[in-house]
Amino acid sequence: MQSQATYNYKVVRQFAVMTVIWGIVGMLVGVIIAAQLVWPELNVHEFLSYGRLRPLHTNAVIFAFGGCALFATSFYVVQRTCHTTLFAPGLASFIFWAWQLIIVLAALSLPLGFTSGKEYAELEWPIDLLITVVWVAYAIVFFGTIGTRKTPHIYVANWFYGAFIIAVALLHIFNSAEIPVFEAGILTPKSYSAYAGVQDAMIQWWYGHNAVGFFLTAAFLGMMYYFVPKQAGRPVYSYRLSVVHFWALIFTYMWAGPHHLHYTALPDWTQSVGMLFSLILLAPSWGGMINGIMTLSGAWHKLRDDPILKFLITSLSFYGMSTFEGPMMSIKTVNALSHYTDWTVGHVHSGALGWVGMVSIGSMYYLIPKLFGKTEMHSTKLVNVHFWLATLGTVLYIAALWISGVMQGLMWRATNADGTLTYAFVESVKASYPFWTIRVVGGLLFLSGMILMAYNMFKTIASGRAVDDAKVLEPAHAH
Amino acid sequence: MNFNNTGDLVGFWNLYVVVIVAVSVIGCAVFLWMQSSATHKPGEVTGHVWDETLEEYSNPLPNWWRWMFYITVIFALVYLALYPGLGSNTGSFGWTMRGQYDAEMAAAEQQYGPKFNQFLKQDVMTVAANQEAKEMGARLFQTYCAQCHGGDAGGQPSFPNLKDGDWLWGGTPEKIKETIAAGRTGFMTPKGTKPDMDAEQVKDVVHYVRSLSGLTADSARAQRGQELYPQACAACHGPDGKGNQDAGYPNLTDKVWLYSSREDSMIETVTHGRQNQMPAFGEFLGEAKIHLLTAYVWGLGGGVKPVAPAPVAEVAPAAEPAAAEQQ
Repeated sequence: MQSQATYNYKVVRQFAVMTVIWGIVGMLVGVIIAAQLVWPELNVHEFLSYGRLRPLHTNAVIFAFGGCALFATSFYVVQRTCHTTLFAPGLASFIFWAWQLIIVLAALSLPLGFTSGKEYAELEWPIDLLITVVWVAYAIVFFGTIGTRKTPHIYVANWFYGAFIIAVALLHIFNSAEIPVFEAGILTPKSYSAYAGVQDAMIQWWYGHNAVGFFLTAAFLGMMYYFVPKQAGRPVYSYRLSVVHFWALIFTYMWAGPHHLHYTALPDWTQSVGMLFSLILLAPSWGGMINGIMTLSGAWHKLRDDPILKFLITSLSFYGMSTFEGPMMSIKTVNALSHYTDWTVGHVHSGALGWVGMVSIGSMYYLIPKLFGKTEMHSTKLVNVHFWLATLGTVLYIAALWISGVMQGLMWRATNADGTLTYAFVESVKASYPFWTIRVVGGLLFLSGMILMAYNMFKTIASGRAVDDAKVLEPAHAH
Repeated sequence: MNFNNTGDLVGFWNLYVVVIVAVSVIGCAVFLWMQSSATHKPGEVTGHVWDETLEEYSNPLPNWWRWMFYITVIFALVYLALYPGLGSNTGSFGWTMRGQYDAEMAAAEQQYGPKFNQFLKQDVMTVAANQEAKEMGARLFQTYCAQCHGGDAGGQPSFPNLKDGDWLWGGTPEKIKETIAAGRTGFMTPKGTKPDMDAEQVKDVVHYVRSLSGLTADSARAQRGQELYPQACAACHGPDGKGNQDAGYPNLTDKVWLYSSREDSMIETVTHGRQNQMPAFGEFLGEAKIHLLTAYVWGLGGGVKPVAPAPVAEVAPAAEPAAAEQQ
């Protein structure tokens, strides 16, 4: 039984295609700055120097690649699981174009040197305002769709997407509170934070860690909760586990930020609380991994020849690994060694490449054929090749930075018999070169996988058709 | 300095933090316990279906996972009893970040202090000749000085070469120590003491200055520049261009250029002036390490012997550092 309304696939399709495009752009910039560390001569111009491109890389992969993947999947998932079409389709269309504008503005303003200087929130106030508008629109479309759902219950994926939308709104508004600079009476794009000193640092890392917690974790768990059971064709392992780990995750993540400021001017009690909640966060984080991986129990054989499932399950493995590593690194004594080293960068990338990257790629490979009237991608073989390129690239990247990170930490604290430092800073830089070179190779492998994906996607699109007539399904009446 | 490490938590706000932290930590366990007691039908689906195929099993929480969760909460509670975390409560260990730092610094001072202090009894030139002191000085130099002056002390534009015997502020042990301990501020005003010079006149002065050290110079310009020099430059650099080390005014006749001897760089210097700073290390490093560094820098090849017989009492650093703050 089908109703006359159709799912709004247009905005999903637009975001899905841009996910792949921005993925290539963001990862290319990542490879460039990785190469600049090995060959500093590549800093050819101030606009293309490491300091300008690094925030461009992080913004592009998190908010352009990751953001588009989340918009695409959340708009798809919320319609499909609410058995209704998207609420306020005009607003959804506005979100797509405004988000692309924001990305382009970021790609121009960051190399030009406009920055608020806040990590992962570098964009200046005019763009911040635009982000706020888009986010409000996003909340209206998403929660409006939830509100008009035809099912009595809200599917678990939507809890995570919903929490992500609310939390990111909160984070963005509070951390981006800033005062624009007037120069000779004229409003400039430059601004300064509304907070000062250690409060500013604390707000920044409350934001920074929850950008990881809600943008890069909760939201992608929402993605996982739809695409893993769909692709595996199995029920979610435990409803109870999803309830407990959802509430525990969104509650404890909010406390974890201070672990970015161990051994700083932050008061001792704040550091301790940040560390303890980071440790408590281990179980709630792993709840998602267990629920995802155990969903496959009874269908393990599918992993052998389904590359999409390989992407999804591998992403959960990296998720489990980095959410174990994170709490360990938040322990003060471990942090004393790991902080400011490449270990942190490696940790972030095991989450970013291994978890966020792979779960998005797997979900897109599921989604793209359906949006273009096909049953599968143009080439499943290329999907398989992509899987191995991405896995190998991630492993090379994080292993290299584990080694260089621990090495840097040990070199910085090594002392001579007279208590002086054994190594000058520059010696630790020199010792890092081989590992930075391996990182470039790892990044190149990951990037080349994305380029294969783009080829595969365009071939799929070329032979398919834009599906705009998928009828909204009546909810099942199983009970 | 106020390092109470509690973030000045008193009264209401202290209570606020204590209650919220305690309730939140314990609340995690209570929530888990409440959810654990729900009834389950393992292996059966809950009965809800979304998007044709999406279902959920009614499996209970995995036991190992539940216990891992409880253990982290128990760990947190124990930690809060022992360490700071519950507001201004310092915990029964009395540990603070500042306390750990002070204790480690004091232990280091006790262990390493004598190794450095032994050289304080010797004058700088004697220390400079001591192999062990030289190695210690070199290690200090790599940690604190190399960032600007280079690993080989050869300097870089705007950061002086310390090996060439050319000194902005003097190369005697006394002067080097003063430089390291109290820092220096170098300052050249735009267009020297003749702010009304136009671009052509600036260029003329530059060519005259170039001629002083034998650099290529346009002789007509140099001649015109020579007439401007007494009014624009001589007050600091001296009528003969030999500068004044007492005030840090560079010698213009010695072929050593802190920035560059290129014409455009010199025009920039005269047009816009220059500002330069060497930070003060006296309080940070303490007397013994400054003494070793002075000897090391003096012994790099450019050290100047004191005019008078070696002074016994060296100039003390600007501020006498407390022993605990030495590193």
